[in-house]
Amino acid sequence: MSLDHENDGALNEKLIQQVLSQYPDKAAKRRKKHLSVAKSGDESGKEGEILSECDVKSNIKSIPGVMTIRGCAYAGSKGVVWGPVKDMVHISHGPVGCGQYSWSQRRNYYVGTTGIDTFVTLQFTSDFQEKDIVFGGDKKLEKLIDEIEELFPLNNGISIQSECPIGLIGDDIEAVSRKKAQEHEKTIVPVRCEGFRGVSQSLGHHIANDSIRDWVLDKAEVEFEAGPYDINIIGDYNIGGDAWATRILLEEVGLRVVGNWSGDATLAEVERAPKAKLNLIHCYRSMNYICRHMEEKYGIPWMEYNFFGPSQIEASLRKIAKHFGPAIEDKTEAVIAKYRRLVDAVIDKYYPRLQGKTVMLYVGGLRPRHVITAYEDLGMEIVGTGYEFGHNDDYQRTGHYVKEGTLIYDDVTGYELEKFIEGIRPDLVGSGIKEKYPVQKMGIPFRQMHSWDYSGPYHGYDGFAIFARDMDLAINSPVWDLYDAPWKKKAGPPMALAAE
Amino acid sequence: MPQSAEKILDHAPLFREPEYRQMLAEKRLNFECPHPDQIVTDQREYTKSWEYREKNLAREALVVNPAKACQPLGAVFAAAGFERTMSFVHGSQGCVAYYRSHLSRHFKEPSSAVSSSMTEDAAVFGGLKNMVDGLANTYTLYDPKMIAVSTTCMAEVIGDDLHGFIENAKNEGSVPPDFDVPFAHTPAFVGSHVDGYDVMVKGVLEHFWKGQERKASGGTINIIPGFDGFCVGNNRELKRLLDLIGVSYNFIQDASDQFDTPSDGMYRMYDGGTKIEDVKAALNAEATLSLQHYNTRKTLEYCKEVGQATASFHYPLGVKATDEFLMKVSEISGKDIPGAIGMERGRLVDAMADSQAWLHGKKYAIYGDPDFVYAVARFVMETGGEPTHCLATNGTSAWEAEMKELLQSSPFGKDGQVWAGKDLWAMRSLLFTEPVDLLIGNSYGKYLERDTGTPLIRLMFPIFDRHHHHRFPLMGYQGGLRVLTAILDKIFDKLDRETSEPGVTDYSFDLTR
Repeated sequence: MSLDHENDGALNEKLIQQVLSQYPDKAAKRRKKHLSVAKSGDESGKEGEILSECDVKSNIKSIPGVMTIRGCAYAGSKGVVWGPVKDMVHISHGPVGCGQYSWSQRRNYYVGTTGIDTFVTLQFTSDFQEKDIVFGGDKKLEKLIDEIEELFPLNNGISIQSECPIGLIGDDIEAVSRKKAQEHEKTIVPVRCEGFRGVSQSLGHHIANDSIRDWVLDKAEVEFEAGPYDINIIGDYNIGGDAWATRILLEEVGLRVVGNWSGDATLAEVERAPKAKLNLIHCYRSMNYICRHMEEKYGIPWMEYNFFGPSQIEASLRKIAKHFGPAIEDKTEAVIAKYRRLVDAVIDKYYPRLQGKTVMLYVGGLRPRHVITAYEDLGMEIVGTGYEFGHNDDYQRTGHYVKEGTLIYDDVTGYELEKFIEGIRPDLVGSGIKEKYPVQKMGIPFRQMHSWDYSGPYHGYDGFAIFARDMDLAINSPVWDLYDAPWKKKAGPPMALAAE
Repeated sequence: MPQSAEKILDHAPLFREPEYRQMLAEKRLNFECPHPDQIVTDQREYTKSWEYREKNLAREALVVNPAKACQPLGAVFAAAGFERTMSFVHGSQGCVAYYRSHLSRHFKEPSSAVSSSMTEDAAVFGGLKNMVDGLANTYTLYDPKMIAVSTTCMAEVIGDDLHGFIENAKNEGSVPPDFDVPFAHTPAFVGSHVDGYDVMVKGVLEHFWKGQERKASGGTINIIPGFDGFCVGNNRELKRLLDLIGVSYNFIQDASDQFDTPSDGMYRMYDGGTKIEDVKAALNAEATLSLQHYNTRKTLEYCKEVGQATASFHYPLGVKATDEFLMKVSEISGKDIPGAIGMERGRLVDAMADSQAWLHGKKYAIYGDPDFVYAVARFVMETGGEPTHCLATNGTSAWEAEMKELLQSSPFGKDGQVWAGKDLWAMRSLLFTEPVDLLIGNSYGKYLERDTGTPLIRLMFPIFDRHHHHRFPLMGYQGGLRVLTAILDKIFDKLDRETSEPGVTDYSFDLTR
């Protein structure tokens, strides 16, 4: 349901010039490369073809003092890739803060007995003190691992998530890991995801992927009878249950999901992955590395897919089915037909309430492009988007989704985002917790698009219904009409529709 | 198909539908390689035992679910309490994203801070260039009146010298020479957020007071609140009380407006806060009072050095703690406590008398920052309750001694135990082995509530999963009334739940309690 609209490229160019004019020269020069307006592509409209070119520099250092929204490598490894593996203990190795601030904040849903055989929502830390910095933390780490084994014996493995000081003081966490892994006969994974490495979360994803390659795959004997339709879901962190709303569809079309990386995953699911027939990757940014590795080493093909919104779900299901042949393809058509009723009912209900509403996005790995069609399925228009930690290949892929004239901003600063939103005044902004409250103060509806604003799932058909409901309740809330005191009346925003 | 457009189910009901239950059961059976159920059950039961508790409390290296954060969080919070002040945290940038998120999730408000975004090359060569560029960018983009610099552990490990770096940056023209850039070293591997608060406030005072001559002005009092997630409600309440007394005061570090800006169409990056002129003038105050002793040890020492009288409190909440605070204010200012405040006091005592039967002998576990735990334990004893477990992960041995003294001062505290430096996984063992009626803490306590069945009352930072409580005061007599009501609601709700089964327990489902 692609919409025929064009964004106001000229206005967006002007906005870029305006924000750049406020920076000191040196910073303006550097920021200029990260901001652009999507240019027209060769062809537009047809599936798989590039709609526009989003030509910005990305994955380079943030400028000091500008209020980047980015996080760090530790956040990418512990917070994203490793943290959701539920039957392992993940140690935030270093001072107390990193583990504390990331404790239970990603909403990686799981089933298990927390603290007994499952450990996702516990904060394990070595709580470094000055003496650990001065004398090194390896001895403490050894003892700490022993204490984990004594108090949490049902853990199936341990990962050591390095915080900044570890790499600076020269600790040898690899040696500790080898020694203790042998002693306790457990998988112990050292991860060098110190926060100062790289320029964002992104290097942390990569380092975490590499640590799976180097410390998990091929390390343990895997007893498993492989089947012809075995797949892994890669890069779905089960935020608010996303991976479950995905799994139910893939199973329904006849596939067998033998591993889910890494939402609601056990270590066994990670170890088994090389036995699958196909890797399906949702968050390309955070896990493409391990897919490429599995392709090279085990010959497993990988395929990107998108389970946001019915247009993309249908296209993805068909693409996946095609890989497996007629038996799966037939079932897939039946599944698409089955859910069509739900999709039609959801669109009938919400399209009239959301049609023509404009959206600005600023999110992380895949969502700045992946959710665009889901909005369009509801009649909404994307007027700006950007990535916290995307790379060049993400922006290339974004060209398949955004229309000409769309404002593109990479590693946006607090200042730029505020000015862009003020200038464009979209009907909805989708971004993170740090952006939520400033935007709402301006009287603009907002949804957190990292945590689904404590809602979700948004993946799959079940998730699309929730997504539609949530966008409607944000945009059509009566609260936006209450901002102006009657004695200070000015032209307000158009009346929102009554809640249903 | 469980989902329909008419009744859209989100995660909470959706995954309880049979399709999903079956799917998850099969996932577990076929793909997860779980431990057998019996082994899981046995281990779960074992964690409730005294034997497990002994091992748990004997831990020397592992910390699980600590109730504390790191120093720079305290520094960022502290800076938010000064007029148009931008926090500039020197070091890795991810840390700043964490502080901002953490504060926003609690206050449901914007939280601004910038980072000097140091990466690997800065780890090798030092972060001077990041400081020089960073200060220039912050100054230009965000138009602050002051930039408060603190540090992440990365900058501390490599030993960056803030004083020298800031001088250098000024020499290079990043900010005007007379622009205010106070600073504090806040290594995350020393102390906790309460210490970061302390050194940042001290850094601000030193910046403005150093080399200035003090001209004592009789009766004026400085108030420093400490790190307080309830600053929005508390600071306003305290100012109301001080205004009622008619005392001349400087509220130093006041984030109550910064973390409570209105929704009227305008985003205010800065709002309220102690005015820089007032910080300067505060040098001349007769005395500085700290509302949270363990948040301000260094700051108060400095105030003493410059010649001010000092006194500190432990989060003045409840009857006697509020009495003491007001008496001190009255003593220093020479002003009498007005009748209106006496009436407020009487109303709190009246409410406590009305409800005393429901509170007498109730056992509590209390955790959080040292001053908060002290305050709540004291108030609980005023209501006839017994603080069975008092835990502060960032509690020192001095705090432990002070807590023990407090508990010994009342018959209600004689069996109370103090747990300095312990974490919430230790608390879990304590609650299983020596159960209590109520748990008082913050949102992290919900896991303890789930595992042990102890009802949780959220009264301290951070509160992520309940909204707006921090907008109401806990300090003063009014605050005491609020704490009292929160405790009573929890008790009555539980009693109603337990007596609500028709025909089985509802003989006790009394209309009047």
